[in-house]
Amino acid sequence: MKGKSLVSITDFSKEEILQIVKLAADFEANPNQPLLKNKVVASLFFEPSTRTRLSFETAINRLGGSVIGFTDSSSSSTTKGESLKDTIKMVSNYADLVVMRHPLEGAARYSSEESAVPIINAGDGANQHPTQTLLDLYSIYKTQGTLENLNIFLVGDLKYGRTVHSLLMAMSHFNPVFNFISPDELKMPDEYKLFLDELGIKYYEHSEFTDIISAADILYMTRVQRERFSDPIEYEKVKNVYVLRNAMLDNTKDNLRILHPLPRVNEIHTDVDENPKAYYFQQAQNGVYARMAIMASILGLKEV
Amino acid sequence: MSNTKELKVSAIKNGTVIDHISADHLFKVISILGLDKIQNQITFGTNLESHKFAQKAIVKVADKFFEDDEINKISLVAPYAKLNIIKDYEVVEKKSVTIPDEVVGIVKCVNPKCITNHEAITTRFSLVDKKEVALKCHYCEKITTEEHLEIL
Repeated sequence: MKGKSLVSITDFSKEEILQIVKLAADFEANPNQPLLKNKVVASLFFEPSTRTRLSFETAINRLGGSVIGFTDSSSSSTTKGESLKDTIKMVSNYADLVVMRHPLEGAARYSSEESAVPIINAGDGANQHPTQTLLDLYSIYKTQGTLENLNIFLVGDLKYGRTVHSLLMAMSHFNPVFNFISPDELKMPDEYKLFLDELGIKYYEHSEFTDIISAADILYMTRVQRERFSDPIEYEKVKNVYVLRNAMLDNTKDNLRILHPLPRVNEIHTDVDENPKAYYFQQAQNGVYARMAIMASILGLKEV
Repeated sequence: MSNTKELKVSAIKNGTVIDHISADHLFKVISILGLDKIQNQITFGTNLESHKFAQKAIVKVADKFFEDDEINKISLVAPYAKLNIIKDYEVVEKKSVTIPDEVVGIVKCVNPKCITNHEAITTRFSLVDKKEVALKCHYCEKITTEEHLEIL
C-alpha cells in the first residue's frame, strides 16, 4: 500500500486491513519508533476536530516526524478564497504525506487526485472516516483475538452514522453476523443490507434494545441525535430507549466489549464506565497506534 | 406521401436523425450534444404526436455522424432515442443509445455538500443501476437517481 491514499475504507483490501491491524499491535508494544524522522506530515483541518487531530499529531510525534498545517480553515488561505485544489497542490509540494479533514464530501478523493503525495482522509463531511474504522477494527482484534466469525451488534443511529456503515463494509471481509438495533426512523439503509445479502452475510434487525445483546461479542453504540428526526415527538419517544445501562450487561458474554466512536452524550450511562466490558476510552487510545500503522504503511516505512 | 408525420420536419440528404426524444428533454439533448454551437444545418420538431410519449421531439443534423461515446451522453435524458443514419436520403443504419458505465461531466451531483458543487471539478459517476438510472458520485459516493437528475 506504499504511496496509496486512504480516502475510503473500501480502498484497502482484507490483506491491507490485516496488515494495519497487526502493525498497530507492534506500535502499541513499541510506541516510540522514529520511522518518520526527517519526514514532514501536513495536517490540514479545514474544520476543527480536536480529537482526531490530536490523535494524528500524537501518532506523528511518536514516529519522530514533523507536523505542518492548520487547525481550522479560518487560519488557512481558504478564507482568502483559495481553492482546495490550489491549497493541496501547494502543500503536497512541501510535505511527504497529507492528513486532511474537510466539511465537504468528496474533498479527500478530489485532493488525492490533485496531490503529489498520498492523502489520508481524516473525515470528509458525512462521507468517510476510514482511520476511525481501522481503529475500531484494531480494537475488535485486540479484545477478541480475531476479526473472524464475530457477532457484532450495532446500536442507535444506523441510518446516518458513517462509522457504522464503514465498520459494516470493513467487517464484511471476516464472516460476521450483524444485529442492528435502532428506532424505525434510523434503520440501516437498504443499500447496506443488499450489500450483505449479496455476500451471504447474516443480519437481524431489532427495534427493541433488550437482553438479545447476550449473544454479542461486540456492542457498538452510537448517538441518536435530535436533529435526525423530522418529528420531534418521535425523538422524545426513543431518546431514552437506546441507552445502555450497567444492569443490562449482567447476562452478556465475558468477551463482550462495548465500543463507541465518542463523543458520547447519554446513550451509555456513566454507570457502565467502570464495567470491565466498557472499552470506549481504550478504543480512543488505540487510534494513535492505528494511525501510526497507517502512516508507516502508506510511506512504506514498515511492514509486518 | 401518406405519412403526414414525415412532412412536419423536412428530410435530410446526409446526416443523423435522432428520433423518440421526449419533448420535455429536446433542449437538453441539443445542449448535451453541443448542437447549439456547431455550424451544420439542423432542423428540429417538437410536441409531435407519438405512441411512446405524450409528445415527442425529433432532431435532424445534416452532415453529422456521431461517435457512440458522444451519442450515449444523451441516454440519461433520452433513453429511448433512436438514431437513423442517413446517406443520400436513405436510412443506412439504425442505432439506439445505451447509458455508459461511467458518466463524466454531464450530470450534477444531487448532494449539496458534494465538493463538485463547490469547486470547479468535472463530475464523475458510475452507473450502479441501469434500470432505475442510479449514478454513484465518484467523489462524495452519494447516489443521484433519475428523479433528481440535473444536467449541467
